[in-house]
Amino acid sequence: MVDRIIYLDHAATTYVKPEVFDAMKPYFSEHFGNASSIYSIGRESKKAVEEAREKVARAIGAQPREIYFTGSGSEADNWALKGVAAAYKQKGKHIITSKIEHPAVLNTCKYLEKEGFEVTYLPVDGDGLVSLEDVRNAIKENTILISIMFANNEIGTIQPINEIGAIAREKGVLFHTDAVQAVGNVAIDVEELNVDLLSLSGHKFYGPKGVGALYVRKGVKISSLIHGGQQERGKRASTENIPSIVGLGRAIELATENMEEYNKRITELREKTIEGLMAKVPYIKLNGHRTKRLPGNVNISFQFIEGESLLLMLDMKGVCGSSGSACSSGSLDPSHVLLAIGLTHEIAHGSLRLSFGDDNTLEDVEYLLKEIPNIVSRLRDMSPLYEAVKNKQKQ
Amino acid sequence: MYSEKVMDHFTNPRNVGEIEDANGIGQVGNAKCGDIMKMYLKIEDNIVVDAKFKTFGCGAAVATSSMATELVIGKTVEEAMKVTNKAVAEALDGLPPQKMHCSNLAEEAIAAALEDYRRKNGEAPNEAIDCTGCCCGCGHSHGFEEDSEEE
Repeated sequence: MVDRIIYLDHAATTYVKPEVFDAMKPYFSEHFGNASSIYSIGRESKKAVEEAREKVARAIGAQPREIYFTGSGSEADNWALKGVAAAYKQKGKHIITSKIEHPAVLNTCKYLEKEGFEVTYLPVDGDGLVSLEDVRNAIKENTILISIMFANNEIGTIQPINEIGAIAREKGVLFHTDAVQAVGNVAIDVEELNVDLLSLSGHKFYGPKGVGALYVRKGVKISSLIHGGQQERGKRASTENIPSIVGLGRAIELATENMEEYNKRITELREKTIEGLMAKVPYIKLNGHRTKRLPGNVNISFQFIEGESLLLMLDMKGVCGSSGSACSSGSLDPSHVLLAIGLTHEIAHGSLRLSFGDDNTLEDVEYLLKEIPNIVSRLRDMSPLYEAVKNKQKQ
Repeated sequence: MYSEKVMDHFTNPRNVGEIEDANGIGQVGNAKCGDIMKMYLKIEDNIVVDAKFKTFGCGAAVATSSMATELVIGKTVEEAMKVTNKAVAEALDGLPPQKMHCSNLAEEAIAAALEDYRRKNGEAPNEAIDCTGCCCGCGHSHGFEEDSEEE
């Protein structure tokens, strides 16, 4: 079919970097010990876990004892919300979040509502930004937690985390941020940002899947989600997934080391793609904030066509992307994020997300700028909606 | 996810376009739900001599539109009316469960175009078909309720 694949879905997942895989390898067969065991091969495992913990802590400006490894980013989100809700329910039962959170947060909030908690879902503006005024106004006597994502997975918008953190601190409310899309892509310092809890996931920055971490500021109470042994200082039972934890540590170390150079390079690819498509294709709209966005995120709605068709056509040209259309999500409604930023259903169905990563080049961008306009016009020629617009123009 | 036949009809859709002198035109679906099919028929001596379509929708919507035009060309009006969503789906070697509503849309697009033809010929009552074919809008099960549920 096509002689090369251009992977543009790094926001969905990334490949494991060779350096990361190399770091993981010894911990499958050679150093297989249980980190809780007293003998030497167990102690080696324990040491590896603690080294990884230090790397994660260093990357986000935390202390190692504030980092807890989890089985995924979703688990970290679930734990942050449910764990804080359970630990602080005597103080209050109100939680504030946004309408554009990842399902790991949104559906956990829905669950907590069933358990008797009250949740305020803040709206966002057309760029996907939460208003600080709204955050401030939503805080009540009984508010225990604010959970606002660092950067949106679909439209890439980066929230004013620092300012939200300051408001939370001033009001004595805990602040959690789902930073799964941000860690490894933007510099993060939990001290500077006034963040109390932060979720991250290994496979979004060239680490393995099935491993994440939750940062919990010292002094913040959190109930356990997984009960059992004394792993993770008694907070999260389960025999440690040593190879994956080691991989997560190595990946976050690499991401932090190369952050500036990586950001610059990926942002250039993003900008060239956005500018090129805007210039070449009529009837399109960039979703998400023009500048306050993840370095690799491009999200564009193409009017009169449907996202899944676009993805299938792109796939035939070797390009892997994603869409917020209903048909590609398997539900009947398009993405809740696109609807929250005010897109009509019709426009939301025609969205395309391309997320750049380490393996992409300017050559890839050139290829996109050649192929996408052709595919869009081919699909528009097939579309009765476009036909109606053209007929109107003729009149 | 899709059969080879679906991908074939999606990548090389048959009979895309409009018919200038069509005497039966039907449009079903709803942009809100993400699919609209517009079907043009040219009927001579009670036979569908040409069919063309324009579709806004997913891969399955395009493929079912394409297959629907192939199935009705050459048929009498009465035969064309009997082309069901099942027939369209089977001709494409099946559709994923969550995409079965696309085949309903194809059946309805044919029905709407035939209805338009019969109305123009004074053979049918002068009213539009109610169902928009939009499964999130009309709540009509289309006989595939058990299949079309979300996975």
